[in-house]
Amino acid sequence: MSDILVSEQSAPGPGGSGRPSGRLLEVDDLRVEFRTRDGVAKVINGVTYHVDAGETLAVLGESGSGKSVTAQTIMGILDTPPGFVTGGQVRFHGKDMLRMSDEERRRIRGEGIAMIFQDALSALNPVFTVGFQIAEQFRVRRGMGRAEAKKRAIDMLDQVKIPNAKGRFNNYPHQFSGGMRQRAMIAMSLALDPEVLIADEPTTALDVTVQAQIMDLLAELQRERQMGMILITHDLGVVADVADRIAVMYAGRIVEEADVYELYAKPAHPYTLGLIDSIPRLDEKGQQLRTIKGLPPNLMNIPPGCPFNPRCPMAQPVCREKVPPLLQVGPARASACHFAEELVNRV
Amino acid sequence: MSENILEVKDLVKHYPVTQGVVFKKTVGQVKAVDGVSFGLRAGETLGVVGESGCGKSTLARVLMNLEKPTEGSVLYKGQDISKLSGGGLRRLRRQIQLVMQDPYTSLNPRMTVGDLLGEPFEIHPEVAPKGSRRAKVRELLDLVGLNPEHINRYPHQFSGGQRQRIGIARALALRPEIIVCDEPVSALDVSIQAQVMNLLEQLQGEFGLSYVFIAHDLSVVRHLSDRVAVMYLGKIVEIGTEDEIYERPTHPYTQALLSAVPVPDPTQRNNKTIIRLTGDVPSPISPPSGCRFRTRCWKAQDVCAEQVPLLEIRRDSDHPSACHFAEKREIVATHEV
Repeated sequence: MSDILVSEQSAPGPGGSGRPSGRLLEVDDLRVEFRTRDGVAKVINGVTYHVDAGETLAVLGESGSGKSVTAQTIMGILDTPPGFVTGGQVRFHGKDMLRMSDEERRRIRGEGIAMIFQDALSALNPVFTVGFQIAEQFRVRRGMGRAEAKKRAIDMLDQVKIPNAKGRFNNYPHQFSGGMRQRAMIAMSLALDPEVLIADEPTTALDVTVQAQIMDLLAELQRERQMGMILITHDLGVVADVADRIAVMYAGRIVEEADVYELYAKPAHPYTLGLIDSIPRLDEKGQQLRTIKGLPPNLMNIPPGCPFNPRCPMAQPVCREKVPPLLQVGPARASACHFAEELVNRV
Repeated sequence: MSENILEVKDLVKHYPVTQGVVFKKTVGQVKAVDGVSFGLRAGETLGVVGESGCGKSTLARVLMNLEKPTEGSVLYKGQDISKLSGGGLRRLRRQIQLVMQDPYTSLNPRMTVGDLLGEPFEIHPEVAPKGSRRAKVRELLDLVGLNPEHINRYPHQFSGGQRQRIGIARALALRPEIIVCDEPVSALDVSIQAQVMNLLEQLQGEFGLSYVFIAHDLSVVRHLSDRVAVMYLGKIVEIGTEDEIYERPTHPYTQALLSAVPVPDPTQRNNKTIIRLTGDVPSPISPPSGCRFRTRCWKAQDVCAEQVPLLEIRRDSDHPSACHFAEKREIVATHEV
């Protein structure tokens, strides 16, 4: 089965696989599995996407779809064991990071690619002050002295709009509110001016009014710095507000990739369509919500053929036999469905 | 609609903040719920929305009589539930049930589904005589869309959505009149969330249930609720029908809250104005004087610091709104499919 997967999924998507292409960050046919006591879970089964300077790629998926594991692999913070990369490349400026020495990778982290996490309280070290944790980077990576590092750290706190940055420098993470912690983490990840920022569910733990503040802040900082941003989320609302392009993941694969407007207007994969139909909307009083029947597959036992076929309303016999490759279905959009054409062309 | 089945009057729940180990002294009060009144009609869904720390979960606990109110009362068909004990309380519990947020921790991992769902019948043997309990449990499983064959499975063998269905089945076991749902879908994935919401709606139609539906997700609340109460720092700031709250909100907090909800439609990106609230929610230990929202409100005047605005119908508001300057305002671009 795995042989079929390799040949099928390596078909070039719109992201383009292959030669160095001047792209900022490319994930190419990445495969990751978790080897556990109970068996091998194939968590990522050939993921290909890229992000360029100044653009926001949203990676959309439900829990277990592999969106966070992809990000962890890019950052090189995948827990090994149980996680093992079994194939593919992660190229930064055309160079495969998976084959670099630890030293080289460390240099990219922070300056090249930085990451912010969902839960700021557990991502920050509780026994050091927030200011110290930000200033530390300037001292270690930029060789600055104590005073100068402190000045720069306060400047960072200012940039993420923490009121009274100077006074807050010596606060510990628990003295910050949820929204401020998230701001502090953003300050920390942007301290070394990274080219790519990976934001893994940055606002999921926050209230709506604070969420709006944080998303605004991220968008503003991204514009100023022309960063590439990978926004990992399950929230179709947040995505609609900020993303340029969207990659939808299901069972460790990209099932659809498209420009944000096209994706919402005309999804080219039944899973995307199901997701959009199943969310209650603030601006509409709906009756019965349409649902996706069934459950996401067990990653230790992914169904043969298209992984979505047991839940798909359009499934045909071919879907149970052949894994649909991620193929182009229009300018800059791709879908991994045997019937993508029909979906896109339907009125 | 008919009479109020549940009536909440000036409900207050304060938790003491203590200092010291041996000689504990009270140094303050967390004013979790601070003067809340509303009625729940038979067969309706009352949504309660608010951000974390606004007291909505404390409200659920008091409604369930898991906490005694500091002041005020909760009347079930005219009977003050906090004054009940023994048999009276047991009879009341049959009528008000709770669905909890986290389906992972609210089910005992060492009990099978059959035991979990059979337990209510042990406490209330009058509902199902001993011999018929297994059959009752199977019926419940079938009702919430689970396979009755799975009666001997343990909670860990189910997914999150299925576990929430078990939680709902357990709440339904005694055929209550009221179910208090405390964030029942917020731990679930989008595609599963819709399934559970549909189930709740279907059950309401089938059994004529009344729901108090507590959630932070405004879209979810709108979808399920007939009436909605918006809470901020222990008080209801605005209450009305789903239409009144979502289409014609008059309290600035409701307006800000609604404007901040992302709409899953990229074409609306530039069509809506987000009201940006600055700062965080103040501490419920020492809430601001007067109107509690005034520290974040763009309309705040001197009067807001001096006078607590009452929750009442006002000149420019056709439904109760607790703002001195309540008025309509266009916020979300609505009704475009």
